[in-house]
Amino acid sequence: MVELGHEPAPALRPTASRRAFIGFIIGGATLAVAADLGLAERAGAVVPSGPQIPELYDLGDFQTDSARPTANLIKIVLHEDGTASFDLPRMEVGQGITTSSAMIIAEELDLPLDKVHVGLAPARPELLFNQLTGGSNTTVSTYTPIRVAAAIARKALLDAAAIELGSVVALLKSKEGVITAPSGKSVTYGQLATKAASPTTKAVRIKLGPPSKFSVIGTPRNRIDARAAVTGTKTFAMDMQVPGALPTMVCRPPSLNGSPVAIRNRTLVLAMPGVTDIVMVDTGVAVQAQTFGQCIDAVRMLDVQWKAGSVEGESDATILAKLHKAELPMIVPKVPRLAKQVDTSFTFMFRSSAALEPNCAIADVRSDHATVWAGLKAPIVAQGMIAKALGLPQSAVTVNVITGGGSFGHKLFGDAALESAKISRAMGKPVKLMWHRADEPRQGRTHPMATSRIRATYLGGQVLSFEQRHTSISTDFAHGLGEMITHNIDKLPTGLGGLGFSETIFTLTQELPYNFGVVTQLLNETDQRFNTGSMRQIYSPDVACANELMIDHLAQLMGKDPVAFRLEFLKSSRAKAALRKVASVGQWGRKMPAGMAQGVAIHSEYKGVTAVLVELDCRPATVNRNIPNAVTGPRVTKAVIAVDAGLVINPRGLEAQMMGGVSDGIALALTSSLHLEDGHFLEASWDNYFYTRQWNAPLEFQCIVMPSDSEQPGGAGEAGVAATVAAVAGAYGRATGTMPTRFPINHDTVSFTVKSFIPPVPEPPTDGLSQTY
Amino acid sequence: MSQHTFKVNGHPVTVDAEDEVRVLWVLRDILGITGPKYGCGINVCKACTSHINGKAFNPCAVQVKDIAPTDEITTIEGLADTVGGDLHPMQQAWLDHDVAQCGYCQPGQIMAAVAKVKQARKAGHEITDADLDEIRNICRCGTYNRIREAIKAGAAGM
Ligand code: FES
Ligand code: FES
Repeated sequence: MVELGHEPAPALRPTASRRAFIGFIIGGATLAVAADLGLAERAGAVVPSGPQIPELYDLGDFQTDSARPTANLIKIVLHEDGTASFDLPRMEVGQGITTSSAMIIAEELDLPLDKVHVGLAPARPELLFNQLTGGSNTTVSTYTPIRVAAAIARKALLDAAAIELGSVVALLKSKEGVITAPSGKSVTYGQLATKAASPTTKAVRIKLGPPSKFSVIGTPRNRIDARAAVTGTKTFAMDMQVPGALPTMVCRPPSLNGSPVAIRNRTLVLAMPGVTDIVMVDTGVAVQAQTFGQCIDAVRMLDVQWKAGSVEGESDATILAKLHKAELPMIVPKVPRLAKQVDTSFTFMFRSSAALEPNCAIADVRSDHATVWAGLKAPIVAQGMIAKALGLPQSAVTVNVITGGGSFGHKLFGDAALESAKISRAMGKPVKLMWHRADEPRQGRTHPMATSRIRATYLGGQVLSFEQRHTSISTDFAHGLGEMITHNIDKLPTGLGGLGFSETIFTLTQELPYNFGVVTQLLNETDQRFNTGSMRQIYSPDVACANELMIDHLAQLMGKDPVAFRLEFLKSSRAKAALRKVASVGQWGRKMPAGMAQGVAIHSEYKGVTAVLVELDCRPATVNRNIPNAVTGPRVTKAVIAVDAGLVINPRGLEAQMMGGVSDGIALALTSSLHLEDGHFLEASWDNYFYTRQWNAPLEFQCIVMPSDSEQPGGAGEAGVAATVAAVAGAYGRATGTMPTRFPINHDTVSFTVKSFIPPVPEPPTDGLSQTY
Repeated sequence: MSQHTFKVNGHPVTVDAEDEVRVLWVLRDILGITGPKYGCGINVCKACTSHINGKAFNPCAVQVKDIAPTDEITTIEGLADTVGGDLHPMQQAWLDHDVAQCGYCQPGQIMAAVAKVKQARKAGHEITDADLDEIRNICRCGTYNRIREAIKAGAAGM
């Protein structure tokens, strides 16, 4: 048995000894400061044989390390109106990173939060791998550089104020954008913006203060874009008015990844009201019209000859059979002959990663240059792909990053941006491209179908071995993480060099947080014909669900309480603390009526831990409750989540991310999946694809942010999903007496009438006025 | 093409549009009122929820010819004006509870919430969990619990 009892991760994290940094004052008329994104602190990269790789060096570390050598600057500018502005080289999709970045700047600059404006930087190819929003890595990799830049700005302002006020820096006080001398005289940042400027760029050394001095970081703050969101003025890509860019939609093939051969009724459709252009592109037939409504009508009218798709004739069952064939064998470790062996196997169906805002982009392609506006988490990759498709140099393509209406991994890919550029070129004019909702589940990115097999052996109260074989339809990582791996292969811990992208990412994210003797977790991927991507928390929701169900099962076989069993075998004190917390707040073990049960699970990733306790009601009266136009089923009545995410910038934002993660987890466990039948997915609407709705939301929700003495933030955007799926699945097993083995649990029932494939989008209803309330 | 006259957010408007064009596109593509969002186009996601004569409706499912000259449409942009303030109490509650994540669903959520509270009151009671369960508006960011809390708080101010 390998010695796994110690707790290596926190010890290897950088500590307070390294707080001195170099940044820059940029030459110019008003004060501009910069810091190198490469300042992000490095984790230890030595991998001893005992602990699993992610405990010491995980996907976040890899991203942070990959970003490091690009040596590129992020810049904060002070304005004469007393505000500071900063363009974040990341993508805001709802996860709150513009707010947390503004908080870091407000903290170091002593400026009120509402005087800090954070925008999104357009594609900056010089940043190489440093402009990818994913893996919950934004705050981890930008925290120190932003702090350094803001601290340098404050120092420059104090230097200028000392001259201005006839005092010395040490005696000055800065507060809320005003610097005051002992005499009572004061000067505002706005008044100093030009005076603090430097004609030439110069390097500055700065020492950052300890977290104990923080007054903004770590306090709950509201989102900086909240008012815009609730007044309807927050601008998403489709709300922008780019001159000449008329609504555009694509008539898509009836089978997955089919392609158009010919348009049979072009003249007829061109004559329809409002329709201005029709062109054929590789993904379908694009129509431009005065309104999206007229685009929909035209798409429904088009008669197109189609080429077969990529998975003709395939269905859930045929794909699952292929997956089973690709499953890697277990290597039964040497265990005493008396040890008992237990095997489980779980299946996870295809799921759609679509956000509420559908795929969309605006493109204006001219003969020698192109401009694109879109929500993109990897804008440099999109820029490269667009340039290649158009035959333009990358520098001739401007990619503007627009705040997105959700991502969940979906916006890592520039699918709509690329498609809009191709259509704009073909039409010879600007286009405002939006996917129809029906296009999303049918042709959009999915979370791949997967199986997870686990074999464990146990004897005398100990688990001797735990082997997991995760087998998945190929996950597409061609959005930057893949390139990162190719370019930084030498930075990976030893032993990872020979693996493919998927296996590398799997190895960097998956860790079994228990002392279970010999542990192996392996991934095999097969079949690249689907449009896939890494949905929120990539492999973890499936892997953790399988693991935690097996752990419930082992606890039962060994006659132990599920919480006590976990506490006995968990490696880290942080995980134990989070679990104890949800167990006490959620009153683990309280008596429940028959048909109701609690479930509990923990998950460890991105240098953080989440523990979830849920109560699930599977009683017939609840399962069959009648809500108009709703598909109901079991209900999570209560969810308690404890999260330890290291140093927390904005606890209110963190809680929001956990709430979203819980909603996702409930859907993944119970309701949301795609059904593949005869070469296409059946779902075409939010009433077909059952993401959690209000009637399935927990009636009680509680999030506990665990205290942490870490000086480094951990990842948060995704951390809530995996443990929730697992906890809900466990509760279902306990409430019904049968451990579920296929997810989502309701996948068997297709509880909707399948919409037509030709035409590919449904007819818009006209009876809205009969349903007012 | 024909002319259609009605009121939007307190102002009379006249638009040239085919009779069948759904009101959502008249608002967004012709009038440039982009608060109501597209999420499905078939009246199931509720992202486009707005008010007609003070009641919730989904403009993606109504043809412009069915809007009468006397009809008053209110979108999220005009909600505050209906109470003569900077913000409607429901919007304020949304801020107090920091409800929005990506924000895409939120105009529709708020418009639905206001109508739902009024509907409950008309039926003689304050909003209940059962009422809240009936709200169909999707939030793909999953901020359902904050929405529930904000609706109760917003109702108190209405
Ligand atoms: S867009 Fe109107 S209900 Fe979905
Ligand atoms: S806040 Fe993003 S969909 Fe609701």
